[in-house]
Amino acid sequence: MRALRWLLAVLTLGRLARRRAQPESEKERIVPKGTPERGAENLVLLFFMLTMIFAAGFLFVYAYFNASSMPNELLGICIGGAMACLGGAFLVIGKRLVVTEELDEDYPGENPEEQEEVVQIIHESGSRITRKRLLIGAGTAAAGALGAASLAPAVSLGPIWDTGALDRSPWRRGRRVVDETEAPIRAADVLEFTFYTGFPEGAPKEDIASSLVIIRVNPAKLKLPPVRAAWAPHGILAFSKICTHAGCAIGLYRKPTFTPVEPNDALVCPCHYSTFDPYTGGTVIYGPAGRPLPQLPLEIDSDGNLRAAGNFSARVGPGWWNVRSKPTFGTD
Amino acid sequence: MIDPVRDPVRFIDERTSAAPLIKKAMRYLFPDHWSFLLGEVVLYSFIVLIATGIYLTLFFVPSTAHTIYHGPYKPLDGQTVSDAYKSAVNLSFSVKAGLLMRQTHHWAADVFIAAMAMHLMRVFFTGAFRKPRELIWLIGLLLLFTSLLEGYLGYSLVDDLLSGMGLAIGYGVGLSIPVIGGPMTLAIFGAPFPGKPEFWSRMFITHVLLIPLLLAVLIGLHLSLVAARHHTQFKESARHTERRVVGLPTFPAQTPRSIALLLFTAAVLFLLGGLIQINPIWQWGPFEPWLATNGAQPDWYLGWLIGALRLMPSFDVTVGHFTLVPNPFWGGVLFPLFVLAVLAAFPWVERRLTGDRRVHNLADRPRNAPNRTAFGVAFLSWVFLIFVFGAADRIFVLWGLSYDTQLFMFRIGIWVVPLVLFFVVRRVCRELRAADLLEEDQERAERAVAQREGAVRAGT
Repeated sequence: MRALRWLLAVLTLGRLARRRAQPESEKERIVPKGTPERGAENLVLLFFMLTMIFAAGFLFVYAYFNASSMPNELLGICIGGAMACLGGAFLVIGKRLVVTEELDEDYPGENPEEQEEVVQIIHESGSRITRKRLLIGAGTAAAGALGAASLAPAVSLGPIWDTGALDRSPWRRGRRVVDETEAPIRAADVLEFTFYTGFPEGAPKEDIASSLVIIRVNPAKLKLPPVRAAWAPHGILAFSKICTHAGCAIGLYRKPTFTPVEPNDALVCPCHYSTFDPYTGGTVIYGPAGRPLPQLPLEIDSDGNLRAAGNFSARVGPGWWNVRSKPTFGTD
Repeated sequence: MIDPVRDPVRFIDERTSAAPLIKKAMRYLFPDHWSFLLGEVVLYSFIVLIATGIYLTLFFVPSTAHTIYHGPYKPLDGQTVSDAYKSAVNLSFSVKAGLLMRQTHHWAADVFIAAMAMHLMRVFFTGAFRKPRELIWLIGLLLLFTSLLEGYLGYSLVDDLLSGMGLAIGYGVGLSIPVIGGPMTLAIFGAPFPGKPEFWSRMFITHVLLIPLLLAVLIGLHLSLVAARHHTQFKESARHTERRVVGLPTFPAQTPRSIALLLFTAAVLFLLGGLIQINPIWQWGPFEPWLATNGAQPDWYLGWLIGALRLMPSFDVTVGHFTLVPNPFWGGVLFPLFVLAVLAAFPWVERRLTGDRRVHNLADRPRNAPNRTAFGVAFLSWVFLIFVFGAADRIFVLWGLSYDTQLFMFRIGIWVVPLVLFFVVRRVCRELRAADLLEEDQERAERAVAQREGAVRAGT
């Protein structure tokens, strides 16, 4: 009888102890319990496996091919596929595996009391200051001075005060016109219905005031201003190749395809279709450019080569504050 | 025994006291609506941009010094090109996976800004910019416009023919800023176009460090402010009110969904980068200031500026022999600044016009704000038509509509179409809302009838 009681007591204690060992089941849940979804788990496993296959494919392609024969499409499919499959796995996890609880809570609002306290702290902190305005004014001036001093080195970026660089041109009277290979351009080689790009001999070609667009037109059709009467020997015209609108190269020479509307050929910039009339000395017929294309006077030397007979008719390149001032064409 | 969850949590909290914060973050609520994904796509494209961009910097040489190309791309073999261009071509042909990274980076930039533009429209048309979220709206606008500059610098760095033409236009637009344009642009470029060699270092550091850093800070601010006032939500049920937000907690429900979206976004970008060619710089060839090609188009997000530059009639505003406003200023500077200013001022303008100063946590359906929706559509169509005109030369090639005719049509159309759209859209919104109200009335009446019948039946 006694033995039986002991046995019962031990069993009860054991049960109690076991219950104490699992306290979590008594805790209130935060995330509600969901039902197991073995199908979704299998799907996730499948996506993980596919990710591994695609990633291995990427490694293989990357290792197998050399740079010049690398199939970029295959690389993209492999890495993109691996990412898409991993994304698929996470989508299944999100939509079917983890518990989706739609909860609600209050939107955060304003804190009028704290606002007041902040104001109060700031106001009360200045109780020792008597000349508030003077101090604030002097402080602002000091900060401004330090700021100006700190920012001043930015002036080293470029010639901020001296805009003379915008007015430089490598062209001067007698300078030979050469092509991209530095070979002189012979007047006799300049044909009608096409255009040539010319440069000043021995000067940097990428200089914005260097490049010329050269064409030959019927001299009888020229309507240049009287001062430019001698600027186009044998109808050969030279203009700055840089558009006066936004600085692109005048890359198009439009021949009249429909004479009733477009009786003459024209020089066109392909960026915004500013269109210039070579016959009248580069005036704008069309498009957004606000200034004519600067013209370069030409002459033909005793060898039959083209030379500059002076400098451009105006400053070269896109417009700015001083672009219409009389050019000085400084030298470097 | 090691508990893989409890031990790290305990470790972190004992050293940072962050457990309450972590718990709060885990139970932060995300309202669930498909249109809220757009902003996330922006964030994930940004991550792809950073990752691919870092890879590119390991190979790219930011220098315009001349060199001779020798390599697997035979049409260019022996040509004089810049270091920048050569290294970008080498990235495409001589670096394993380099082309994939380059193209994915470019696609990611296009998607980044496209998703941002769509996110902006979503926020605009649902009125999600209203109090208390005006700061989030402003930061978002700053993000968009900074990203435009970032994208422009990115494709300008490569020094191919297209990028050089774009840079020349940037130079022209810079010069066109009244009075200070000349000195300012000279300072940035260091010398007249194409600028000093240092200009390439300046562009490079701006593109790979300064602006990305700024974008990261702005994105961080944008998201912190969203978290501070919580996301807006649509009135999907009686539970969704101005005072209570309904949504999925960050953990567990939202986290796997967001990771999935990150991976899908990256997957699409890398698939695009692998399968669809973008900016084949070896075909454009190297840039020189005297070269330009017809049919050049910038990346899509600059199309509106090209369109505006092209639409302007030919004139400069002059004062004596000084040029106060050179032509590119209108389309290249004033137009985008005007669009930015209108969008930035809109929350305050709307408050003034409607007198509505309340806090709004519920997003509008566009039809329920007919004036805003109508204005938004009109304004958007104005920008969009200008954008379309940026491709007028392509339209001519595709459909034979002459450039002159298009210019004439668009110069009128960009003013008439938005005006018409304003009234049409407002009317449509009002009709839709009237129909909604009618339906609601009908339902209410039906419910009342059903109730009465139920009461009658209960009475008998």
